[in-house]
Amino acid sequence: MQTNQHLILFLGGLLLLGLIAFILGRSKAARVRASGQAMYAQPDQYAWFTVVATAGPALLVGAVGAFLMLLVGAEIPTAYLLAVSLAVAAIGAAVGIRCVRPDFHAREAIERVIRWLLVSAALISIFTTFGILFSIVFEALRFFQMHNFWEFITGTVWNPGASFLAAAGRADDASSAAQFGSVPLFAGTFMITAIAMLVAIPIGLLAAIYMAEFAPQRVRTLAKPTLEVLAGIPTVVYGFFAAITVAPIIVNIAGFFGLDASFNNAVAPGVVMGIMIIPFISSLSDDVINSVPDSMRQGSLALGMTKGETIRDVVIPAALPGIISASLLAVSRALGETMIVVMAAGMRPNLTANPLEDMTTVTVRIVAALTGDLEFESAETLSAFALGLVLFAVTLSLNLVSVLMIRRFRAKYRVNNL
Amino acid sequence: MSQSFDVISSQLKKRHRKSARLKWISMSALGLAGLFLVLFFADMLSKGLPAFQQAYIQVELEYNEDATRMGRAAMDPEVARLVSRTFERLIPGQLRANPELLGTSETRWVLATSEVDQYLKGHDNKLRGNQQEVVDELIEAGRLELRFNTTFFTRGDSKMAESAGILSAAVGTVLTMLVTLAISFPIGVMTAVYLEEFAPDNRFTQLIEININNLAAIPSILFGLLGLAIFISFFGVPRSSPLVGGMTLALMTLPVIIIATRTALRSVPDSIRHAAFGVGCSRWQVVRDHVLPLAMPGIMTGSIIGLAQAMGETAPLIIVGMVAFIPDVSASFTQAATVLPAQIFTWAGEPERAFVEKTAGGILVLLSILIFLNATAVILRKKFERRW
Repeated sequence: MQTNQHLILFLGGLLLLGLIAFILGRSKAARVRASGQAMYAQPDQYAWFTVVATAGPALLVGAVGAFLMLLVGAEIPTAYLLAVSLAVAAIGAAVGIRCVRPDFHAREAIERVIRWLLVSAALISIFTTFGILFSIVFEALRFFQMHNFWEFITGTVWNPGASFLAAAGRADDASSAAQFGSVPLFAGTFMITAIAMLVAIPIGLLAAIYMAEFAPQRVRTLAKPTLEVLAGIPTVVYGFFAAITVAPIIVNIAGFFGLDASFNNAVAPGVVMGIMIIPFISSLSDDVINSVPDSMRQGSLALGMTKGETIRDVVIPAALPGIISASLLAVSRALGETMIVVMAAGMRPNLTANPLEDMTTVTVRIVAALTGDLEFESAETLSAFALGLVLFAVTLSLNLVSVLMIRRFRAKYRVNNL
Repeated sequence: MSQSFDVISSQLKKRHRKSARLKWISMSALGLAGLFLVLFFADMLSKGLPAFQQAYIQVELEYNEDATRMGRAAMDPEVARLVSRTFERLIPGQLRANPELLGTSETRWVLATSEVDQYLKGHDNKLRGNQQEVVDELIEAGRLELRFNTTFFTRGDSKMAESAGILSAAVGTVLTMLVTLAISFPIGVMTAVYLEEFAPDNRFTQLIEININNLAAIPSILFGLLGLAIFISFFGVPRSSPLVGGMTLALMTLPVIIIATRTALRSVPDSIRHAAFGVGCSRWQVVRDHVLPLAMPGIMTGSIIGLAQAMGETAPLIIVGMVAFIPDVSASFTQAATVLPAQIFTWAGEPERAFVEKTAGGILVLLSILIFLNATAVILRKKFERRW
């Protein structure tokens, strides 16, 4: 491999030049110092500066060259690139050693380089968000060029099965036209999310009330991490649990009442998802209830309210923004949950209000569209990105509203640990 | 006086009863959540523990001419049907490699089929009546028994339940986690150091902060879409490889590490920084020599928790193709691989009854690793936690 050899040569050369620069820089600084002149920095710091001056520009040139070759497709022979970047390294070393003077602030120069390194690390998280946004929006736009946006948002039939015919140039066959109406998927998603919330919000909130207001300190320090184990269990495990253990139980219970339930019913994934989400609500609500100022409780008790009335009429209303914020985060979590529904919910888009029937969700269809043997260009594959875009928009707005509410709570009671 | 004392005191009793009721209801809610946890673990243990045992059968092998073409011919036909096909298939190759074995015979313990295994464990199976009689006779004769299932830990995936193991998935997990840590740990710590120690409080810094909090709440499957569109389609990273999986998970783990590191840095008291500045350290020297070493236990704890989270993640890995069928262990960063949760997902989709047990067994292994990691994090925190 020519390229690999060049890479090894480049790294080896850089290491050697860096080492030489370090030794030369250090000995020069030591000499200057020994001659009795006062210097701004330690010899080691000058040495490190020469190393940075050697390696930094050379790595930059190498990286830019590699970027141009890989992505823009520029034809640069790797041997040239190797020679140029090593030459840059040698020039950098020479400049770095020239800079070893008593009046040069080597320490501050290193400091500036480190600062830029840290800034660029911090930028990666921004790039990640934009990366997600652009990758989804770009592919989703290609999807919306093929299919009408309004049909996607308002259509009630999701039938991508025939989309490969369009790719084969037979899109005109009226009977085989693929339909991408996402309403059944959203209906299924909201049904399962609603079931999860019906389980998680009451249990999570009551558990938080108990931990914050009634439980002795010992129980609280034990109960909180124990509950958080529920959130640490991998979702694929919950999916298996929902499909193998909970779904048959639901079918049996429904059968006992004379109802007909599918094995892929929406209740099983909903309930299991609810169990998973309990700690999200209980932990945050517990923190919020704890940070309601004690003066409010004392005031209420002084007026003759019982403990229960104080909690119901004073503490919970005061903590409400935080509790709503926790619930919104939980909803956002439930909407984007994938493995539980992939393993336990159905595959069939089904627009129904009966939670005992099988129904599918947005995330299930995303996984289904991207794991088949379809080409990347087909409408079904691209539809995954359109669904992802909607999911991104919904969860993003829920998160932002949740953050704003917790901020308001924090400003009102001057709490800093939330 | 509109109400007498009697009325008020009788109301008071009712009000206190109500208050007590709230206590009991909220306590039972907590109990219910705990009960779920207990039921869940009990269910997983009862389903998964049998996977660590496997039926082995003693067979007499006669290496005759036919066995060089069809391994089955070396065994008694009655017994041959009970022996795993993965063993049968090995016989012809073995004979070709060692021709001197021809004409000899030996007695060996080998893997039985998953149907026999399930019959021994009392589950549903597809053994016919006369086969069940043969099995019962063999058990009587001590030639068929359940033993510790080493295959489960020493082999990769297989389409035959009895010889399916988690080794290739475990190796894949290790490789993927190495990539994840190598990317997310330095970048996460550097970001946190910048935000806590260097950044001025301006719009740009606030933007980064909001963005990090938001990244922590984005559904994991969207990170998979990013991996597919950018890493695989745009940069051409090999699909299904630990490299692309690790990169995708690294982006997901980043916010966890950043938030944990910031908390750890914030808990180092300012007096330490002031003292270091006072003796003439530059900002970077303060951070490198004083703040970071003191914050290290907190950073390690956060990273371990982030790693545990990434280890259990499946959805983004499915999108970048890490649910491949990997029968052989490969220690390469760029070849197709699978990870433990993805292996669990694949097995959960197999229709055979014996795979349910394998799935639950895999889950038990994954859960033990996660419990171990989280316990390490807790112990680390307990041991090095410092109150200033």
